[in-house]
Amino acid sequence: MPQITYREAIRHALAEELDRDHNVVVMGEEVAQFNGTYKVTEGLLAKYGPKRIVDTPISEAGFIGMGIGASMLGVRPVMELMFWSFYSVAFDQILNNAANVRYMSGGQINCPIVIRGPANGGTNVGATHSHTPENVLANHPGVKVVVPSTAYDAKGLLKSAIRDNDPVFFLENTILYGEKGEVPDSEYLIPLGKADVKREGKDITIVTYGRSVLHSLAAAERLAKENKISVEVVDLRSIRPLDIDTVLASVVKTHRVLIVEEQKPFASVGSQLAYMIQREAFDELDGPIHRLATIDAPAIYSPPVEIEQLPNPNRVVAAVLEALA
Amino acid sequence: MSKKPTASPVTKDAAGASEPGRHRQAPINAVLSQEERIELFRVMVRIRRFEERSLRAYQAKKIGGFLHLYIGQEAVAVGCCSLMGKHDHVITAYRDHGHAIAVGMDTKPLMAELYGKITGCSKGKGGSMHYFDPSRNYWGGHGIVGGQIPLGAGLAYAIKYKGLKGAAMAFMGDGAVNQGAVHEAYNLAALWDLPVIFVVENNGYSMGTSQARSSAGDLARRADGYHMAWGTCDGHDVYEVRSVMNEFLQRAREQSKPAVVEIKTYRYRGHSVADPDKTYRDKSEIEEYQRTKDPINVFRSILIADGVFTEADAERIDTEARNEADIAANFAEASPFPTADDIQKDVYWEVDHPEQRTSQGRLFFT
Repeated sequence: MPQITYREAIRHALAEELDRDHNVVVMGEEVAQFNGTYKVTEGLLAKYGPKRIVDTPISEAGFIGMGIGASMLGVRPVMELMFWSFYSVAFDQILNNAANVRYMSGGQINCPIVIRGPANGGTNVGATHSHTPENVLANHPGVKVVVPSTAYDAKGLLKSAIRDNDPVFFLENTILYGEKGEVPDSEYLIPLGKADVKREGKDITIVTYGRSVLHSLAAAERLAKENKISVEVVDLRSIRPLDIDTVLASVVKTHRVLIVEEQKPFASVGSQLAYMIQREAFDELDGPIHRLATIDAPAIYSPPVEIEQLPNPNRVVAAVLEALA
Repeated sequence: MSKKPTASPVTKDAAGASEPGRHRQAPINAVLSQEERIELFRVMVRIRRFEERSLRAYQAKKIGGFLHLYIGQEAVAVGCCSLMGKHDHVITAYRDHGHAIAVGMDTKPLMAELYGKITGCSKGKGGSMHYFDPSRNYWGGHGIVGGQIPLGAGLAYAIKYKGLKGAAMAFMGDGAVNQGAVHEAYNLAALWDLPVIFVVENNGYSMGTSQARSSAGDLARRADGYHMAWGTCDGHDVYEVRSVMNEFLQRAREQSKPAVVEIKTYRYRGHSVADPDKTYRDKSEIEEYQRTKDPINVFRSILIADGVFTEADAERIDTEARNEADIAANFAEASPFPTADDIQKDVYWEVDHPEQRTSQGRLFFT
């Protein structure tokens, strides 16, 4: 199977959906002429032309709101946020308009829009550019939130997101863009809301998603070699809808849970998961649910210290050992 | 028409500014049949009687939350919406009852929505600020000041993308012109030649703060900064609204050009009915407008003077409108509320179409 990067996988998904459906439009800051800030959209303008691949001004509330309005009339915009951190200047459009318009209209309207872009720390860009808003987004009924960790998942999930008739927020990761993975040439879709067991194990379940999956897999490898601990890694892939059944099945198997997330701890995705696991599998647990999150402060700039602020393999190893102590 | 500011010959100017009926011979009005003229009057009266009836229901505690009344502004929505063709679309803010009736929505589900009933136009889920009817190209009904304006640009984007000859009218109040989202939408519309008319219904007050105390400069003239055409007109004369708006709409449909049109109007009631309306304007100001510029009285006088109908016809239309409002209120009263089972319907398209669901996992949480 060919090895391609996470970046290329997203680009291929965009291209396949642009080919499939004339209503799909790719739009965002520097996605066309500049070929994309992170080169995700490289070459698309040349292939599809300026009607389908559209450069916008630096005007997130304006262009995302415009995309929402266009989607109500059947255009299927795939909007790139250069950083998901900029969602805050478009918050009203994303979470008042896109999230609510179906409900407020009594089900008369739907918004088939995708908003995608990177949402991660770890690149030394400071607090304003390092937000991970998946918990904030998923707090709003009416939206779907997807956070892929691999090239294979990114492609299959993005294609599903573009075909979805509800607003889907797709959170990528600048550090993952260059990561390679096996992706088949033939077309495939991955349904939203289906978790993936990325590593089988029997001693403890790590529930995670996004880049933290990679840290968890690296930690699991070390723990197997150095401590003879067998770790199961469940990649949620999608936050809302949420495949809690796969999580619970793993808990039934291991009876121990560590949640690893690149989130600030308060009211994070992990908080919701911990609530659901204790509520639905209390008798299966042999100990309290543990969590490893970002250290609770705005994202620090200092490069070596930022590594320590975020989940990383060393911190995951330590957290597993603590959970099993 | 150039992109230069208001070269529009129909824009209000010093000469003959407020002469009632001076736009009756404008081409878009000259072609109207007697019945069509009477219909313009009838819709304005229906809006007013509907809202007066809704106010009584509010005072009787049948309606919760906010109720932003359009009374005094009827000629704006009726004039603008009477120009709509098949591919023209409308979006507005929370003072949305007039536009809803003007695009042809039935007053029974509109009143039922205010009562929070399942028979409401949004099944009791939206309320006064959130009326929608996509089948009539009416996209709300939006609660956040200025938040709907980028959506209006998006409707225009879709019209253009699909190659249709149509235009979007994105309505806002004078308070909205200072919101950033409005200016972002102006820029996009001008940059990409979107067929959208940004209609500023200037009733003089941003909630309880006058225009002079909230907005620098002339509201419509801000379009100059974006090289967008603009115009102003009086909103108490439905003929004038039609005449001015038609020019900009035709230009949008045929040349795909945006514009800002500021329509001067007035609201008789507070910002919402919760506004005691005692601190920021004098009662005599309201009475003066009612006496000299009430859009329904002005148009009735024109129609009688022009021999279109008689005083008796006008009275009969008024009686019918009052009856219609009562019927709507009775319908709302008799209708059931939604149930707790309805709360989680109409959240996700997928959940409402389970046979077509492709995602898995939980969409709702406890």
